Amino acid sequence: MRASDTLSQAFGAIRSQPLRATLIILAMSIGIASVTLLTALGESARNYILYEFQSLGTHLIIVLPGRTETTGGQPPLFGETPRDLTLSDANALLQSRNIAAIAPINIGSAPVSARGLERETNILGSTSALRRVRHLTMAEGRFLPEMESDKALPVCVLGQTIKKEIFTGQKALGQWLRINDRRFRVIGVLASEGQSIGVGFDEIVIVPVASAQTLFNTESLFRILIEAKSKPAMYKAVTDINKIIKARHEGEQDITIITQDSIVSSFDEILTALTLTITSIAGISLAVAGVLVMNVMLVSVAQRTSEIGLLNALGASKAQLISLFLAEAAMLCLAGAILGLLLGQASVMVLQALYPSFSISIPPWALLAALVVSLTTGLLFGVLPARKAAKLDPVEALSKR
Amino acid sequence: MIQLKNIQRYFQVGDQTVRALDNITLTIENGEYISVMGPSGSGKSTLLNIIALLDHPTSGQYLLNNQDVTQLDDDALARVRRDNIGFVFQFFHLIPRLSAAENIEMPMILAGINRQERRQRVKKAVAAVGLSDRADHRPDQLSGGECQRVAIARATIMRPGILLADEPTGNLDSHSGIEIIELLERLNQGGVTLIIITHDQSLGDRANRQIRIIDGKIAT
Repeated sequence: MRASDTLSQAFGAIRSQPLRATLIILAMSIGIASVTLLTALGESARNYILYEFQSLGTHLIIVLPGRTETTGGQPPLFGETPRDLTLSDANALLQSRNIAAIAPINIGSAPVSARGLERETNILGSTSALRRVRHLTMAEGRFLPEMESDKALPVCVLGQTIKKEIFTGQKALGQWLRINDRRFRVIGVLASEGQSIGVGFDEIVIVPVASAQTLFNTESLFRILIEAKSKPAMYKAVTDINKIIKARHEGEQDITIITQDSIVSSFDEILTALTLTITSIAGISLAVAGVLVMNVMLVSVAQRTSEIGLLNALGASKAQLISLFLAEAAMLCLAGAILGLLLGQASVMVLQALYPSFSISIPPWALLAALVVSLTTGLLFGVLPARKAAKLDPVEALSKR
Repeated sequence: MIQLKNIQRYFQVGDQTVRALDNITLTIENGEYISVMGPSGSGKSTLLNIIALLDHPTSGQYLLNNQDVTQLDDDALARVRRDNIGFVFQFFHLIPRLSAAENIEMPMILAGINRQERRQRVKKAVAAVGLSDRADHRPDQLSGGECQRVAIARATIMRPGILLADEPTGNLDSHSGIEIIELLERLNQGGVTLIIITHDQSLGDRANRQIRIIDGKIAT
């Protein structure tokens, strides 16, 4: 028996049961559509978040005060008191040849007011280097001026939301803004950043780090953001930072260093696992569709008992009977897969239209995987009915009408 | 040539053994025209199934054209069946979704014959049974006599040496019944061995040799 004949005979058998074929194709396509759609969502979420992290800055190193160990040992019952990370620590880091820029960060919350309007917001103390490290863009005015980091200049830069809420559409540049009981002159407004991981720069007031230290009456820094000169320099920079801080902190290595790499890769791992999880949940619907295919094929075998007996009498071998029924199952599943991919693609397009800012697409490997998985399901669940057909006793099969 | 030697076929029904065929020895030469008659339950269908290689004898030897076919496995039997034996059934056994021509084509599809040759042979076969203008009709659009003629065309399309007909007129009116019998007899005159199972005494009498089966034994 020729392969093309097997296929056309199987197709003829499918066509003679249009309703049943439609239902089974529908079931399979829903399974495939949900798998591809969820894969697309997971993959796109992963790409989105990775992109967000990469947009934080390039070759970014974050230094936190205190040391947190997550491997081994008992949890510290008596809280270790870490040495503060101070402004002079930050300045000392500039010794390293592998570091391009340093932005010490001090953060706190305080009421800000102008012309009788007041709200509570985050105050971020830093230096002019922050703009470079975090790739900030200005809507108007200028960023913090370059100067000695221990000078407490009374100037501030506003986020878009703060500008809108406090100055209500009026000119903010050059105006006075009161933070706690001190006055700062507005010298710039940040361009709207949208939602950026970590800090919402729209709802923030940036002041020189020394001013923030006086505002919150503290010597210690929240963290230090460092830009390394290049990607390979990052690892050298980490060693340098450890060495410098150790020397300044009486031999104690009491800081935690996070590289952008490690954040990105751990998020990558988490999100990949998440994608796999939701995809395998959707895979359950595929398994259900597979059982349905098996059910339909079993009914098909039962209904065509006399036809199978006849084919047997006409000289069909067991292998031929099996391949006829497998071809039928495979065709149903393949049709379901193609319809499912179209459905998945359509839903992706609908989602894309609803959320244009979230770029979503079905990864090419998911297309291929969907086809392979549906075919495998079809063949796997088709084997049992096909073998049943081949095992029928021709005499009994022929006596059925 | 069909040679059956001491063929026995037992069925186990509950804890009873039913002897459907009891020590049958029979030789049928090529080109013979034989009728097999007997009351229902006498074992004539079992005999046909054994000759047709659809059923295995419990014991005994079956030589088909001097080849011992009792030793062959199912797939080899299917091939022997395809090339040597044509079937005509009481209930036609046409595949309902296929047209008359496609039903006739089926044994050649299973044999892997190419499309072009299949089409030519189907055309000839359809003409031979006088259905050229109804070749594209499906079985439910054909009369009983026409269905049986399609079945005969299908049974002969592989040019088998043996034609087995199980009550070929049992489901037809007497007029189309006679037509079908005459068609089968014409094929027999062309050299095909024809074995007909029937209840009908007048039909059985037309054959050159009559075999009566009673209680699984040949009664002469």
